Amino acid sequence: MIEYEDRLLAGILSQLTEAAPPQLTDRIVARWAYVEGPVEDVYVAFTTVGISSVVPASTVGGAEEFAADFSRRFGKPLLPAARQPEGVARALRSGRATDLRFDLGALTPFERAVLGVTLQIPPGELRPYSWVAGRIDRPRAVRAVGTALGHNPVPVLIPCHRVIRSDGHIGQYGFGQAMKRRLLDAEGVDVDLVEGMVRGGAVYVGDASTQVVCMPTCRRARDAATEDRRPFRRLGDALAGGYRLCPECRPVGR
Amino acid sequence: MHTDASGPAGSLLRAPTVDPGPAPVALPPIAEIDSAFMCLFVEQRDRLYSAALRLTGRPHDAEDLAAEAFLRAYRSLCSFDYERLETLQPRAWLSAILVNVWRNQRRAASRRPAIVSSAAIDAPETVDPKAGVEEQAEGSAEARALGSMLLELPDRQRVAVVLRYIADLPIAEIADVMGCPSGTVKSHISRGLARLRPIAELPNGVERADEGSPR
Repeated sequence: MIEYEDRLLAGILSQLTEAAPPQLTDRIVARWAYVEGPVEDVYVAFTTVGISSVVPASTVGGAEEFAADFSRRFGKPLLPAARQPEGVARALRSGRATDLRFDLGALTPFERAVLGVTLQIPPGELRPYSWVAGRIDRPRAVRAVGTALGHNPVPVLIPCHRVIRSDGHIGQYGFGQAMKRRLLDAEGVDVDLVEGMVRGGAVYVGDASTQVVCMPTCRRARDAATEDRRPFRRLGDALAGGYRLCPECRPVGR
Repeated sequence: MHTDASGPAGSLLRAPTVDPGPAPVALPPIAEIDSAFMCLFVEQRDRLYSAALRLTGRPHDAEDLAAEAFLRAYRSLCSFDYERLETLQPRAWLSAILVNVWRNQRRAASRRPAIVSSAAIDAPETVDPKAGVEEQAEGSAEARALGSMLLELPDRQRVAVVLRYIADLPIAEIADVMGCPSGTVKSHISRGLARLRPIAELPNGVERADEGSPR
């Protein structure tokens, strides 16, 4: 008797079954695509929120290895995408990814802040770790900035390769210094010149023609004519000599 | 030097530093997990989403709930070995995850007033191409009323009815999911059905004396 009624009610209850909405699939998986770049081809993984992972193709054994690493790290299966995410190829060519959307939900607010500031560094420019720390109002967190950049899940697009040490040394890179150098070279940054200035004893670099003093990482310091470039060990010496602080790199120190 | 690790001296010498521990269980490669999971997803997504919809009452919440349940399922699956994968009862397993996530979400939200109005309940109308237009209209009106009545049921009755008739689980598996004896599941279901019956407008439904009075 209960069975009989169950069947009748069950019939109506079964009408309450609905098809899962199509977007459910993309809530639980990420998609991957291979995108060619001028320096490095990359594997890109993305969700409906945005790009969540970038790995230079030369650093993994292939798509399967990339997918396996991704799944383990992000806890989501990774499926091939029907097409590349929009704008990634263009961003790789131009070095500007400010119009892309990123899915950085797995990061801490500090890490997101660091990457947000780093994203704004234009191609061909360098910034010291301390500059990034200053821009997020954590001037003492220089080391933490370095760590956050080292864990950047979307390198190349968020250009952590443009962040180097305040003293002009190129600093660490998750995929090795050689790749950092290649990426910077391709943007027209003369890494040798920067390192040369530092080896010459410069902590700051002045341009005698414009009377502006910069960090060695600053584009203006590199753009100065060789004969106008003046090394300074102390900022005070440059200021005493009539130099103004560069408004771009805003050097600090004594 | 030859050392026999199985001998007492060898064990003493070597155990603290190089004891390999229990032999590692071979886990399937991620690619296999992924394809197993995607099969599972395609097979179970409608059922799980529907169950989520009838537990939460709102399509948006149901999507969140189903997505979270599937993601948790995937993370668990990644640590399963072959044996566990082969003996898995996907429907009951996923339902258990769904109910757990739902309970946790409700607990977290319990301080907010939970106002459920029938206006908020209806999913954007989905059309079953197999049903005739009239049948569809009639069926969905009745079903809609049942859907909102389901939300009025006490949690355990609602879970039991949803798992039985939407997720299509046998009583024994519902008992596992809910962590109670089968008899208790049956009583949750019949109490739940007793409340739903007036809406279903069964000809003799109201006269059933053995179904227990509504609470």
